[in-house]
Amino acid sequence: MSYFAFLAEHGSTLLLGTVTTIKVLVCSTILYLIISMIFGLMRLSKNSVIQGIATVYIEFFRGTSLLVQLFWVYYVLPFFGLSLEAFVAGVVALGMNFGAYGAEIVRGGILAVPKGQWEAAHALNFSPAKRIKRIIIPQIFPIILPPAANLTVELLKATALVALVTVVDLTFEAKQINSITWLSAQCFGTALLIYYIIARFALVPFLRWLEVLAARKVGR
Amino acid sequence: MEMGFKWDFAYEILPQMLWATLNTIIAAGVGYVIALVVGLFFLLGQRTPYKIVNVINRELVEFIRSTPLLIQLFFVYFVLPQFGIKLSAWLCGMITIGLHFGTYLSEVYRGALEGVSKTQWEACRALNFSTIYTYRRIVLPQAFPIAIPGMGNYLVGIFKDTPLLSTIGVAELFHAATAVGGYHYRYLEPYTMVGIIFLILSIPAAMWVRNLEKRVNVAQGKAKQ
Repeated sequence: MSYFAFLAEHGSTLLLGTVTTIKVLVCSTILYLIISMIFGLMRLSKNSVIQGIATVYIEFFRGTSLLVQLFWVYYVLPFFGLSLEAFVAGVVALGMNFGAYGAEIVRGGILAVPKGQWEAAHALNFSPAKRIKRIIIPQIFPIILPPAANLTVELLKATALVALVTVVDLTFEAKQINSITWLSAQCFGTALLIYYIIARFALVPFLRWLEVLAARKVGR
Repeated sequence: MEMGFKWDFAYEILPQMLWATLNTIIAAGVGYVIALVVGLFFLLGQRTPYKIVNVINRELVEFIRSTPLLIQLFFVYFVLPQFGIKLSAWLCGMITIGLHFGTYLSEVYRGALEGVSKTQWEACRALNFSTIYTYRRIVLPQAFPIAIPGMGNYLVGIFKDTPLLSTIGVAELFHAATAVGGYHYRYLEPYTMVGIIFLILSIPAAMWVRNLEKRVNVAQGKAKQ
């Protein structure tokens, strides 16, 4: 079977899987951004209880393997009466895992904002919430976007793991087609290529564009 | 089915899990050593004066870095036999991890070499040292400390990615947990124990790496004064 015949027969299935992969990527990106904001700020809190909770969360999710967390969410939570759909379980596990890494990036970004900005906001009698929201957060984007972009590319790669908890994504479809046809080189080769194309020609340019945008916003 | 964590069941499967942990550690260690060596080759490809080698090397590194380790594992495990190369799951896993993380380590090496000041090279040329002597006695001793934190981070990274090996049938910790869970039809204890074992091993490792990083930073700061 030539490669074109393979694509003609299985290409549409792989594309359907790709759509699911992108859905997983978008949902878990949103979740991880929210989590990293919250826990990044909590990590810098002066209240030692809040700071402790954030530290435990971050150390826990960075200390264990993503696959273990994924299986835990999907197979163990039902023991506690919480059954999640495979897609939701995948997004939750990815979001919580990458949120822990992202929180450290956010923390670093906030610490990198010059101290004078804090002092100026203080001097102008801004409330603490307003200080964070109007002065600090807008300035951290140019700082945190480059590492966050790397993390998002890692997230795209990590979405492949959700196939192992039966989410029908690109990896799942490739595996499925492989088990029917045994055309392993074509199946997995095509899947690798699709991931590469998404990362290299869609995700990375988009993130670079965001970086430029954020840098321009603060006048750099 | 009984709810909650069953301690006696956990105790019963503990020896099995600990044996499998040994396999995980071996897999991480061997994979890491291969990655260290592969990283050197990628570094070499990057620094050769031949443009074509540089371009191929860069694209290859980019490709490996932006595709999932899981599919790379499947690719190596399922495709090589079609070309008559029959490797065990262990060997496939080690090769793939070595290749995947080798690309990351080559970046660590590159960063470390670029971290050595250019004037060091110029001074060596002025003293008429050979290139090999310059590397061996001047550049590498200065580059190595810069590379240590990155190298340590990827050791922890490889360790946390070893569960992926279970998907091609390498009998490491996660594989054992799935097997035990399937046999008793109870996943709560095995998977929880995997998580705890990972925490016990990786948190001290990560702390040690962070400590190294701090010490390197201090040493670098002193060097600048």
